Amino acid sequence: MIELIKSILILGSLGLILGLVLVFIYKKFALTGSEMENKIKAILPGSNCGACGYAGCAIYAEKIINENVSLNKCLPGGKEVSEKLAQITGREVQLTEPQIAVLICRGGKDECRELFIYDGGTDCRQAYIMHGGNKSCVFGCVGLGHCAKVCPFHAITMGSNHLPIINEKKCTGCGICVKECPKNVLRLIPRTKLVYLACVSKDRGKAVKDVCTVGCFACNICIRACPYQALTMVNNLPVMDFTKCTDCGICVHRCPTDSYVDRAKARPYAMISPACTGCGECVKVCQFKAIEGMPNSRHKVLTGKCVGCGECFKVCPVRAITMVGALGYQVKTA
Amino acid sequence: MAHNILLIFIAAFIVNNILLMRYIGLCPFFGVSTNLTTAFGMSAAVLFVMLLSTWITWLIFYFILLPLNLVFLRTAAFILVIASLVQFLEMFLKKNYKTLYSAMGIYLPLITTNCAILGTTFLVINYKYSLFHATIFALGTALGFALVIILFSAIRERLEFAPIPRSFKGYPIVFIAASLVALAFLGFIGFLGLSL
Repeated sequence: MIELIKSILILGSLGLILGLVLVFIYKKFALTGSEMENKIKAILPGSNCGACGYAGCAIYAEKIINENVSLNKCLPGGKEVSEKLAQITGREVQLTEPQIAVLICRGGKDECRELFIYDGGTDCRQAYIMHGGNKSCVFGCVGLGHCAKVCPFHAITMGSNHLPIINEKKCTGCGICVKECPKNVLRLIPRTKLVYLACVSKDRGKAVKDVCTVGCFACNICIRACPYQALTMVNNLPVMDFTKCTDCGICVHRCPTDSYVDRAKARPYAMISPACTGCGECVKVCQFKAIEGMPNSRHKVLTGKCVGCGECFKVCPVRAITMVGALGYQVKTA
Repeated sequence: MAHNILLIFIAAFIVNNILLMRYIGLCPFFGVSTNLTTAFGMSAAVLFVMLLSTWITWLIFYFILLPLNLVFLRTAAFILVIASLVQFLEMFLKKNYKTLYSAMGIYLPLITTNCAILGTTFLVINYKYSLFHATIFALGTALGFALVIILFSAIRERLEFAPIPRSFKGYPIVFIAASLVALAFLGFIGFLGLSL
């Protein structure tokens, strides 16, 4: 009986002393501003993707408090999170444009033939070590789906053509796939950008034609076709100046190899009203021969050929042209 | 047991290695040895906590439990001590050594329930070591833990890229590799006249 009481007393007092010591230490080492930190942590998505440039959401929260790191670094959270953070911390926030990851390669297994039979490890990075993968194009996507594995939001799936398909709704633009891709064929573009070149081949002419049916072989057609001078040829690839590009889609349709991708779900087409005087300005600017008509009589749009670039709409001196279609999108004339 | 300092150290470090010979502390051994950096972090945390907990439990055992004839309470008392020690360390490091704290990360709280720490404190009592010898023993054990976990993490990094049959992928091949490393360590038995 004495032993029982003794052990209860000893163990109880040991626990009590240790507990008191811990309480004392906790008070002494209490972290200042931890409440604010917890609030920030609650707002951040918590997926620890690292897109902010820090090891995780918790560390980003600390940096916001201690080192005045800007509030717009959380790409998955985007505008909403930045605004909430601004409310809590009482700081101004400069919003960045939300971005999306896109695949800069269209050469799947049907378009780009295989150079040799590869039965090694099933990861892009392993295949990359083997002569840069078994695709005949040394620049293009390996197609083994490393990006699909690393995406923390499960936004990437592998298509039947051995190319990753990026779900635009799920993609948060965190850029992890862009960093992980051994071939650098994934890139971040602004979410509002509709048109981009999907080829990374630095070869030209026959060298590209031989290996891929959708590869850009530096023919310069798009560069001459662009009405806004947004394209320049660098290393045998047209480079797009996003500030000049209006997403008109002319390059997409002029490209002889289909190397461009148009993210727009639908495009409008032009319609000419009876106000047309038949001046022929629209016929001159249309690069797709989609407008016909005798001089000085009402012209007609061949809807099958019209791509909806809107060039004719801009030049018409009497504003007789209307752009219609495209999910109810309509540009009215004056 | 030999009471020579060097012999105690080598016995704890290699011959009676806590992971491969005593099979204590296997959960962090398999859980955290996936790559070199985490293995380093875990070893550092273990070294830290093992030394401190050995000192404190030794003092509690010889100055409280033994005089009061309450030796049977040592399991509960030691766990209590180790758990609060880890808590204390976590707070201390978080406040004063931020970089060390973030480097150790999750491994520090994990040590609370690490059997390698508890095992070492018991072994020190079983062998009836003095405080100084207990320190040497704890140091050797922690360094032995570090040696094996770091060696093994390098092996596991290689295993990631090895062409392993599908049914052996993941933990099966890791267990097999661990047993082979343990077999290799069997060769140290009898080294300097030390045995299990």
